[in-house]
Amino acid sequence: MDRIGSSVSKNRYSIFSLARNAVSYHQNWSEAWRSPDPAPAYDVVVVGGGGHGLATAYYLAAEHDVGRIAVLEKGWIGGGNTGRNTTIVRSNYLWDESAHLYEKSLQLWEGLSQELNFNVMFSQRGVMNLGHTLQDMRDIYRRSNANRLNGIDSEILTPAEIKAKVPAMNVSGEARYPVLGASFQPRGGVARHDAVAWGFARAADSRGVDIIQNCEVTGIRRESGAVSGVETTRGFIGAGKVAVVVAGHASVLADMAELRFPVESHPLQALVSEPLKPVLDTVIMSNAVHGYVSQSDKGELVIGAGVDAYTGYGQRGSFSIIEGNVAAIVELFPIFSRVRMLRQWGGIVDVCPDACPIISKTPVQGLYFNCGWGTGGFKATPGSGWVFAHTVARDEAHPLNAAFELERFTTGALIDEHGAAGVAH
Amino acid sequence: MNMAQPESRTSAHLREAQMLRIECPWCGERDQEEFQYGGEAHIVRPESPDTLTDEQWADYLFNRANTKGIHAEQWCHAAGCRRWFNVLRDTVSYAILTVYRPGEQPPGNIE
Ligand SMILES: Cc1cc2nc3c(=O)[nH]c(=O)nc-3n(C[C@H](O)[C@H](O)[C@H](O)COP(=O)(O)OP(=O)(O)OC[C@H]3O[C@@H](n4cnc5c(N)ncnc54)[C@H](O)[C@@H]3O)c2cc1C
Ligand SMILES: [Zn+2]
Repeated sequence: MDRIGSSVSKNRYSIFSLARNAVSYHQNWSEAWRSPDPAPAYDVVVVGGGGHGLATAYYLAAEHDVGRIAVLEKGWIGGGNTGRNTTIVRSNYLWDESAHLYEKSLQLWEGLSQELNFNVMFSQRGVMNLGHTLQDMRDIYRRSNANRLNGIDSEILTPAEIKAKVPAMNVSGEARYPVLGASFQPRGGVARHDAVAWGFARAADSRGVDIIQNCEVTGIRRESGAVSGVETTRGFIGAGKVAVVVAGHASVLADMAELRFPVESHPLQALVSEPLKPVLDTVIMSNAVHGYVSQSDKGELVIGAGVDAYTGYGQRGSFSIIEGNVAAIVELFPIFSRVRMLRQWGGIVDVCPDACPIISKTPVQGLYFNCGWGTGGFKATPGSGWVFAHTVARDEAHPLNAAFELERFTTGALIDEHGAAGVAH
Repeated sequence: MNMAQPESRTSAHLREAQMLRIECPWCGERDQEEFQYGGEAHIVRPESPDTLTDEQWADYLFNRANTKGIHAEQWCHAAGCRRWFNVLRDTVSYAILTVYRPGEQPPGNIE
């Protein structure tokens, strides 16, 4: 373990390392993580190098004693939904089970840059969920009260209070769907998506995790009901345990172990504008008119759309979705109507019937799945990795994810979060 | 763009992805906007529900093939004749391979 300890201190980012590297014109920074060839076998193989997979590997290495760990990523780390999402972080979910899980995650976010020694640019600028109808407002009151009972910060704002915080928004009552109020979670916000993947990768690597990119898992080998390794595009890799965290490809991996999952993969799109001067310093979300927007530190408006109704693995969606989405944003912010859009893209989100994740053991001994985060798993990245690491290491769910096992679809104990998850991420 | 160039496979897929054009077996080809997606096709309601185990119920209600590749699915021409039908669609390129009426089986020769 000496090698690992010393690599941490050598590569530690600080004001001193910055000064030291300035002397050599920043030519001598070492790589943030190694790129080793895969070993013949590991104690735990994590499949999927998105934020959740990397966080799982990090917490396995940092908090559990499981031996050798590898993360296998078919493309590049963070190239999936982690690098394609609109980065909204909040914990104001309705039901106790999800509220506790997302709140654990939010608390981890609050110390994450320190913990990883990597600036994930977590910015607690608040998240506002708008209500446009009386029923919206009743739901908002109910959810906000439930949040407070769970110790989660939540306020209700009147249109005048919204206007004071967000002068650019049209709350005039003349809109087709007038803004009647909002819930506001001050501790919510946004983070830098790539930095989350890189930060977890670097911190996991420095604790000895092998991160292997361009390595696609093509089969899950089993011997008498227990997992024994994975077939990959870089050959067979033995594994005592296999933890699958592949988001939109969950069903594809489940199929490799002859399992059927209650998950469907849908395209979800987002777009960003040209950079603007600061105009919006919080996050605005609206289920009713179907849009959400924040402004990145670079000045771009980051706008999220809804899912396409059809299933799809193509990492792109229908134009009509974007059209409806942009119409909603312009309705809320008439001032944005002439802003030009720079980029538009899609990701593949894995949606469960109850809009809640699956973090679970499977009928195959040593095979674990973490999926079903759908449109809203970025905010859960640290918490998801933390509970999944526990589940994999101890072969048993943590109390925080006990309600999120596959079994709930057999027992019927679904956790209906469509209201809090909805379009809203 | 040189219009004389034959369209590449990728750009053909990209064009299709902008907006699906779906052929209703009764009304012909229309914009995706007129249709409603109805999920995986050919899921048969259990014949004797009271004899099913919880696992069998869960499989019927919740588990889905979620195929990456050619997927048999239901669509409804909601803003047209309001009739349901089946579609074989590639869930990677989104290309629609064929449509067929309710009660019919998918043609077996589609690759
Ligand atoms: C447009 C959009 C906007 C969103 N907005 C938000 C938001 O504002 N807030 C929020 O909380 N969530 C949001 N989400 C959801 C969020 O992005 C995801 O829930 C989350 O990032 C999932 O993380 P992950 O690590 O599980 O998945 P990913 O980052 O997708 O990682 C999975 C990885 O598995 C790899 N993989 C797949 N198959 C294999 C294989 N066979 N072998 C090896 N590797 C494989 C993939 O290449 C990928 O890198 C949004 C999603 C999208 C698409
Ligand atoms: Zn028709």
